[in-house]
Amino acid sequence: MLKNCIYLDNNATTKVDPQVIEAMLPYLSDYYANPSSMHTFGGQLAKDVKKARENVAALLGAEESEIIFTSCGTEGDNAAIKAALLAQPEKRHIITSQVEHPAVLNVCKLLETQGYQVTYLSVNSKGQIDLNELEAALTGNTALVTVMYANNETGTIFPIEEIGARVKEYGAIFHVDAVQAVGKVPLNMKTSTIDMLTISGHKIHAPKGIGALYVRRGVRFRPFLIGGHQERGRRGGTENVPGIIALGKAAELELLNLQEATKREIKLRDRLEKALLEKIPDCEVNGDVKNRLPNTSNIGFKYIEGEAILLLLNKHGICASSGSACTSGSLEPSHVLRAMGLPYTTLHGSIRFSLCRYTTEEEVDQVIAVMPEIVEKLRALSPFKNDDAGWLKQQEQTLVNR
Amino acid sequence: MWDYTDKVLELFYDPKNQGTIEDNHEPGVKVSVGDVGSISCGDALRLHLKVEEATDKILDARFQTFGCTSAIASSSALTEMVKGLTLDEALKVTNKEIADYLGGLPEAKMHCSVMGQEALEAAIYNYRGIPLEAHDDDDEGVLICSCFGITDAKIKKAVRHNNLFSAEQVTNYVKAGGGCGSCLAKIDDIIKEVKQEYEKEIASTNSVPANTKDSTLGQQKPLTNVQRIALIQKVLDEEVRPVLIADGGDVELYDIEGDKIKVILKGACGSCSSSTATLKVAIESRLRDRISKDIIVEAV
Ligand code: FES
Repeated sequence: MLKNCIYLDNNATTKVDPQVIEAMLPYLSDYYANPSSMHTFGGQLAKDVKKARENVAALLGAEESEIIFTSCGTEGDNAAIKAALLAQPEKRHIITSQVEHPAVLNVCKLLETQGYQVTYLSVNSKGQIDLNELEAALTGNTALVTVMYANNETGTIFPIEEIGARVKEYGAIFHVDAVQAVGKVPLNMKTSTIDMLTISGHKIHAPKGIGALYVRRGVRFRPFLIGGHQERGRRGGTENVPGIIALGKAAELELLNLQEATKREIKLRDRLEKALLEKIPDCEVNGDVKNRLPNTSNIGFKYIEGEAILLLLNKHGICASSGSACTSGSLEPSHVLRAMGLPYTTLHGSIRFSLCRYTTEEEVDQVIAVMPEIVEKLRALSPFKNDDAGWLKQQEQTLVNR
Repeated sequence: MWDYTDKVLELFYDPKNQGTIEDNHEPGVKVSVGDVGSISCGDALRLHLKVEEATDKILDARFQTFGCTSAIASSSALTEMVKGLTLDEALKVTNKEIADYLGGLPEAKMHCSVMGQEALEAAIYNYRGIPLEAHDDDDEGVLICSCFGITDAKIKKAVRHNNLFSAEQVTNYVKAGGGCGSCLAKIDDIIKEVKQEYEKEIASTNSVPANTKDSTLGQQKPLTNVQRIALIQKVLDEEVRPVLIADGGDVELYDIEGDKIKVILKGACGSCSSSTATLKVAIESRLRDRISKDIIVEAV
């Protein structure tokens, strides 16, 4: 099952590319020196690390010296936020959005308890922010604007450069969490307004435990991990050399495959989406379909619950993800779908299919073949059938009144 | 992925008794429905019971669930468990028994079994035409958890009935606190309050006979009439009525003359003469226990 599963949960994590494994393996065995050491052995590794850094920089359209290796996306986000605030201690205001990843959202919530004022920009039903709301929130006291490039759940892409242009008018630092976007949309830091940008290895076919933070030259940066002089003193800790080599290779492959993979993924994704919408009544696509990641499709199947859908998909060897409360570990459904104001009938039954360059047509067709039956089975169990059903209407009404 | 038992998975993949029971107005048979849950929380259950009126026996039980794996399995288990029982027997089914039938549920999914038990209660109350006091008071009181719309009354009830001691447990049983978490501190306070009330009750129970019977003993003042009535009402509300309601009946305080307490028996409790006598004795012994050994209860 594990080997033959149809994996459509690539926004959660990706399979490590065999070429990436091949590239990193020697660094787990023979090439074990510390790249900071003075001897030739270490020196050689330092060169390999540099090469990897160049590859990551190339993927982002950045300079090699602007890349800091981190352990994951969460570290990148945390480090960027902390650095931005430390660099401008007199400013006490942060702007972010309601649909950020917890690596940003929870840091902001903590900062609120420490005297910072945080504006959480709302989103519309497509998960899109309103630039006027951003403009109204910006002040001379704004230290940082931190938003995601693309949403992990819906794939909705924010108008990053338009946001950046406004942020720059107010002299704030602009951080972008691009964990989901990197490798899926072309990035070019040279012509961008972004000051800092977070990426994570395991979303682009590198292993878990490695990430990177882009920091524009000239942006003052104080380290999050304080220690030795590694990463030009911007991140202490002996380098995760195998991880860095892997990320370098993964970045190289992403850059190579970007255009073609994007085209393929869009084609497959649209095929999946179109067929499901045609075959299954009462479902709709969540998110901004015009400005969306090529690989992501989030569909709300009304009147049924996501965890139950996932378990039935799982029985067919299909891995996907849901925004329902029952899969979140907490009792609340996805904060992203909630912020979009989706009706509860859709919200709890939302399934995210996220593709990658390995996804095949046969796999997509397999999902198309089993989904109608799954939805039908669960709907046969459900007490809710249509929006007019008395009980349902009464419930939605109570919620509105509350 | 939740860690489910084989039984949960079996009933999820192949649910028993799904669907509705149509009311065909067969003579001697009544169909009743109980609804619980809420779509906002992601689970809702509608339970259908077909009852033989002469014997109070559940002839058939079916369910419709909007919910996750364990909600579907719990509903299915519940219908299997209650078929063939009388309504009184069915009312004794606890959420723990539903969970046990499934070989256990993950802690965080215990509310699915609670939902099953509540739907059963709702369907039986509907059948008996008894207003859902036990549920109605959920909507009264102060809203504590706005994420799930849960009041202090409902939390107090869960804490009392299940002897819960942490906010996390309350979350697992009634969901309160499982959203933004901003109400967790308030839930802690409620737990503390319930414990204090409980301790006070015990203390006052012990001191009441001394007060009422011999006011010259000790420093405590005797209970005034108002206090005495309030105390009787409290014991009835908190200790007597829940048991009667669970069995399809109820009791109301009618009048007090000295040690003579007059009550009105309602629902199933009022309908048969032998049960009236039993109940009178049951209520009397509880009030004697709690307030004064001279109390006499009369049903009017
Ligand atoms: S108010 Fe109770 S969890 Fe949010």
